[in-house]
Amino acid sequence: MLDNKQKMKAYWKKNLQTLFFLLLVWFTVSFGFGILLVEQLNNFKFGGFKLGFWFAQQGSIYAFVILIFVYVYRMNKLDKEFDVNEK
Amino acid sequence: MEILTWTYILVGLSFAIYIGIAIWTRAGSTKEFYVAGGGVSPLANGMATAADWMSAASFISMAGIISFSGYDGSVYLMGWTGGYVLLALLLAPYLRKFGKFTVPDFVGDRYYSNKARVVAVVCALFISFTYVAGQMRGVGIVFSRYLEVDINTGVIIGMCIVFFYAVLGGMKGITYTQVAQYCVLIFAYMVPAIFVSMQLTGNPIPQLGLGGTVADGTPLLDKLDGVLTELGFAAYTSGRKEMVDMLAITLALMVGTAGLPHVIVRFFTVPRVKDARLSAGYALVFIAILYTTAPAVAAFGIYNAIDTVAEKPVDNLPEWVGNWQKTNLIVVEDKNGDGIVQYVADKKTNELTIDKDIMVLANPEIAQLPNWVVGLVAAGAMAAALSTAAGLLLVISTSVSRDLFRTFRPEMSEKKELRIARIAAGGAVVLAGYFGVNPPGFVAEVVAFAFGLAAASFFPVIIMGIFSSRINKEGAITGMVSGLVFTMAYIIYFKFISPEMNNAGHWWFGISPEGIGSLGMLLNFVVCYVVSKATPAPPQHVQDMIEEIRIPRGAGGAVEH
Repeated sequence: MLDNKQKMKAYWKKNLQTLFFLLLVWFTVSFGFGILLVEQLNNFKFGGFKLGFWFAQQGSIYAFVILIFVYVYRMNKLDKEFDVNEK
Repeated sequence: MEILTWTYILVGLSFAIYIGIAIWTRAGSTKEFYVAGGGVSPLANGMATAADWMSAASFISMAGIISFSGYDGSVYLMGWTGGYVLLALLLAPYLRKFGKFTVPDFVGDRYYSNKARVVAVVCALFISFTYVAGQMRGVGIVFSRYLEVDINTGVIIGMCIVFFYAVLGGMKGITYTQVAQYCVLIFAYMVPAIFVSMQLTGNPIPQLGLGGTVADGTPLLDKLDGVLTELGFAAYTSGRKEMVDMLAITLALMVGTAGLPHVIVRFFTVPRVKDARLSAGYALVFIAILYTTAPAVAAFGIYNAIDTVAEKPVDNLPEWVGNWQKTNLIVVEDKNGDGIVQYVADKKTNELTIDKDIMVLANPEIAQLPNWVVGLVAAGAMAAALSTAAGLLLVISTSVSRDLFRTFRPEMSEKKELRIARIAAGGAVVLAGYFGVNPPGFVAEVVAFAFGLAAASFFPVIIMGIFSSRINKEGAITGMVSGLVFTMAYIIYFKFISPEMNNAGHWWFGISPEGIGSLGMLLNFVVCYVVSKATPAPPQHVQDMIEEIRIPRGAGGAVEH
């Protein structure tokens, strides 16, 4: 039982690490590139876009989609590793 | 064929499909009524979530708002999509594992308190009613503009349709209807966008066309910046809002999205925890298709409008201008009598006023697309409004039948509960229709409310309920109430009591009422934490429950009471 409890603690810790990393990216692409650093990034061109503007109206949304699928992949792997996956 | 004929055919056809699906998928049990039996596939649920989420505002108004606010419009794009990351990572899987039917269910059980449950029900009802009134109005507007019926008749027709499939089918009917509605709305949004993108930039993909070049070889956005600054407006790609306000609004919209009960409840309908995660991903893909197209539609729209109308002779304007002048959505007024339309930033000499809704609605006509495309846009706008209205009505009826009646009358039979749920849904449709016919003047204002409230009330207590086992009922209740009261007070003060003070000079920390939900959320977090620390820890069975929801295995179907 104790063993199991420790295992669950380790699972939860790994889960939190995954979340922290993904939310860091989430914050960076939207609040970071799209708002805080938009002026600086606008000095760069990305096709016909100013880079900061592109992040605010396009790039951040693509990044959000990718983030969720990375999360799904990571968590499914983690669930199997700790044998808590659903049949 | 005439535009009107096409519109009747396409809108009628789409309605027939929705009703057919509703009959085919009627709900027989409370579980089917509330969460579609918990057996919806992640892909179908993702699509339904997208239709549920994208309202008449997303479909009709958002692109136009961006047209006239340029970079500042990014808050809506990031805010209304970024919330899904929070939803997928922080809420959906755990709430699915928890396995009941509603958000107040979770709040009530996790905080072992009916008081907390009732506070949550009140929030859920308020948010949903605010929202649904706006949808009904949207339905009425589409009817009156395209089908040339009276706006009130339009609302009543819309009410009957929603009543029919929401009351009959419950969540099961709504889910499959929403799948159909998503297909209709996305097709209707993309077809004109693709054509316009082709015409303007030669690129059929609007997302790329936005970064493409116009006929003379300059990038579209640079050209737009140049034209707008010349006319005295701010450049399209640069911001006018203060950075702190941009941050606050984006955050409030993101967190508000993740806290909206009609969105959260969709993740109770899938069979497993891993389906809930995946489903959030699919939902965002389906939403992102429209949300990455919208900024392109916005830029094409304003560019086309200026290009075809500004500095042109008043008596020789394109046909679409004439068509939409009838609805007052575009107003041309030759103030200085020189026979030329001047479009400038200065309100005194400006002669062209364009309503934001026109950017999507008139798009097919501006691009001179065939008449069936116009009918299609009408059907798409209806789909967007109806799907959102149905999702909200379900939250309202569930809140009444389950969270109120069931809580205080646990011995009630399932059949009776189902009947109450249906009566509540019916009552909600009528009330929403009433607000659609007699819209309170402040509908637009209260939307900020809905997001602010969801951000300041639900989001923090759900997150803390999952990620901390130390938070207790005292903390949750005081947190929710303080977040709520603070946010409401701020919005009411600036929107209703002293609207003349509603400017950056008077706002706290430069945060507008739209963005205040983020401060309310922080307040909720802090109060919740501090009060919990000062009062006893939650009982053992609640702590066990928290351990339990953190692990995916053993989710099973949504639990019967």
